[in-house]
Amino acid sequence: MTAYIIRRLLHLIPVLIGMTLITFSIVHLIPGNPAQTILGEAATQEAVKNLEESMGLNEPYIKQYGIYVTDLLKGDLGTSLRTKAAITKEIWPHIAATFELTFFAMLFAIFIGVNAGIISAWKQNSWFDFLAMLFALVGVSIPVFWLALMEQWVFAQELGWFPAYGRENSRDPIAAITQFYVLDAFIHLDFPRIFTILKHLLLPSIALGTIPMAIIARMTRSSMLEVMQSDYIRTVRAKGAGQFLVIYKHALKNATIPILTVIGLQTGVLLGGAILTETIFSWPGIGRYVFEAINYRDYPVIQSGVLVIAFLFVIINLIIDILYTYIDPRIKY
Amino acid sequence: MSAEKNNKQGQKLPLTNPATLDSHSDEDDIEETSPWKDTCKYLQKNRFAITGCLIILFFVLFGFLAPLLTSYSYQGQDLANRLQPPSSEHWFGTDDVGRDIFTRIAYGARVSMQVGFFAVTGALVFGTLLGMIAGYFGRWIDTIISRIFDIVLAFPSILLAIAIVAILGASLQNALIAIAIINIPIFGRIVRSKVISLREEEFIMAARAQGMKNGRIIFHHILPNSAAPIIVQATLGFGTAILDAAALGFLGLGAQPPTPEWGAMLAASRDFIQLAPWTLIFPGISIMLVVLGFNLIGDGLRDALDPKMKN
Repeated sequence: MTAYIIRRLLHLIPVLIGMTLITFSIVHLIPGNPAQTILGEAATQEAVKNLEESMGLNEPYIKQYGIYVTDLLKGDLGTSLRTKAAITKEIWPHIAATFELTFFAMLFAIFIGVNAGIISAWKQNSWFDFLAMLFALVGVSIPVFWLALMEQWVFAQELGWFPAYGRENSRDPIAAITQFYVLDAFIHLDFPRIFTILKHLLLPSIALGTIPMAIIARMTRSSMLEVMQSDYIRTVRAKGAGQFLVIYKHALKNATIPILTVIGLQTGVLLGGAILTETIFSWPGIGRYVFEAINYRDYPVIQSGVLVIAFLFVIINLIIDILYTYIDPRIKY
Repeated sequence: MSAEKNNKQGQKLPLTNPATLDSHSDEDDIEETSPWKDTCKYLQKNRFAITGCLIILFFVLFGFLAPLLTSYSYQGQDLANRLQPPSSEHWFGTDDVGRDIFTRIAYGARVSMQVGFFAVTGALVFGTLLGMIAGYFGRWIDTIISRIFDIVLAFPSILLAIAIVAILGASLQNALIAIAIINIPIFGRIVRSKVISLREEEFIMAARAQGMKNGRIIFHHILPNSAAPIIVQATLGFGTAILDAAALGFLGLGAQPPTPEWGAMLAASRDFIQLAPWTLIFPGISIMLVVLGFNLIGDGLRDALDPKMKN
């Protein structure tokens, strides 16, 4: 087990190096003169020269890459061209915001998806099964950004049930400690605020969680159907165990692996989809941070934002891989 | 998954298709049932795949016949008639500069199909080539190519596409290139694993023993035998490519106005959602239907071509 984790970590090294190479090249692959592109056509020669010097663009590539990686290892993600602030400091609240959003989106996706899949498998070929799978089929094909816009229109603008933008009531900002607002509100024991924050979270979480929910539901259904036919389930039934116990205690356990794989893969989709959802709901997460940086040609932020998101994705997949061995001890590596 | 739906159907049908058996015994002179004919027959029995085909056929015709279906131009502005609700004159209403939305969606179908086609073709050609090389030659070539695949797949795909467009500049063409690039390793991995399993087969060894050159073995023996999973992925990839292009268009990183691209249309009409919801409803439904269509065909093809992949 330990050996497996170590091997898995070693395998990560070339991937991480490759990731830094890709984010490093983001600036250098800009056609023409990067500094000129960043500053725009109207920039003076002097300004271009200054930027080239401050970004170290005059050095040879290898040296530049060396500096880039050394800085990264020191935890220095560079300086934003727009705000002139250190990205490492600036980025944390955005990461927390995205984490909070993806966490609730995944919670929604797993809770509804797994249960819908289980009931569909349990009541195979029933009207519930048919409707759930039809819904799942459509759910996989829905563009996240369109769903988000529709939700915003119906539930925020027309019905006014939920706020359309942001993480909290902007006139009454929270004194953030961890930057995870739900957690922060708990720390302050401010229960009305928890309610407000959850209300802000609901629409974006559902928009972001719909595609994973649909995929998880389909996966759960098919792996449950497979497990339900196995001998040990028949034995459990023969013992006289109730349907609920058979499904949730015995069958679900063995249907978990494929479901977990899907959850791991979908987290990447979520992190990507977060860019779209965050843009629509003005959610101050890392996706929107990167997107705004593109509009301002703030390349250091683009580089670091992309790297951080990819890094998170890799780490989540690592955790899922390690979880496998805990959940199913039969898996040996 | 529609795989399960097929199972349901499968239960109603006898396992061996009597039609296939008949044709076997009747036509003994001609080439009988090829795997492709079997696939077609299987697909014809799959209601979901048929629905998918009809949806795609509808949008292809919609795009092709656009000039016949509407007398409006997709970029002709008519400010007197801005934000008109759907009517007999404007079936899907008009947008904020008075353009007919029905017309723009019809021409948008052309854009989407082109995006899907070129992005998938690009990814398919390069992915297949790299996967073939990695799988067939193995050793260090395989290690390098596989590592590159790992690295590209380590990025959430749409994020990498956004980064590539940020480098190249926002345009439909660059969005297309970005989408093709993020799909290369997906094809590459499929082909590589297929080639590795085929490489040790006896018929390949026989070909090699006959003195056949590597290139000929790859293109005449290995490629045709790895076609099934490539076709399935290409179909599913078509839908994803259209979805990704719409997402990039929505973010302003893909097609630029006045191109009637569905994602860009959504972005342009965002502010009018309360005033004129039809400006967003129709483009959104179009994207969803096309993606759904390709998903249905892809799922159906997968079940038809590879029974082992069925759950």
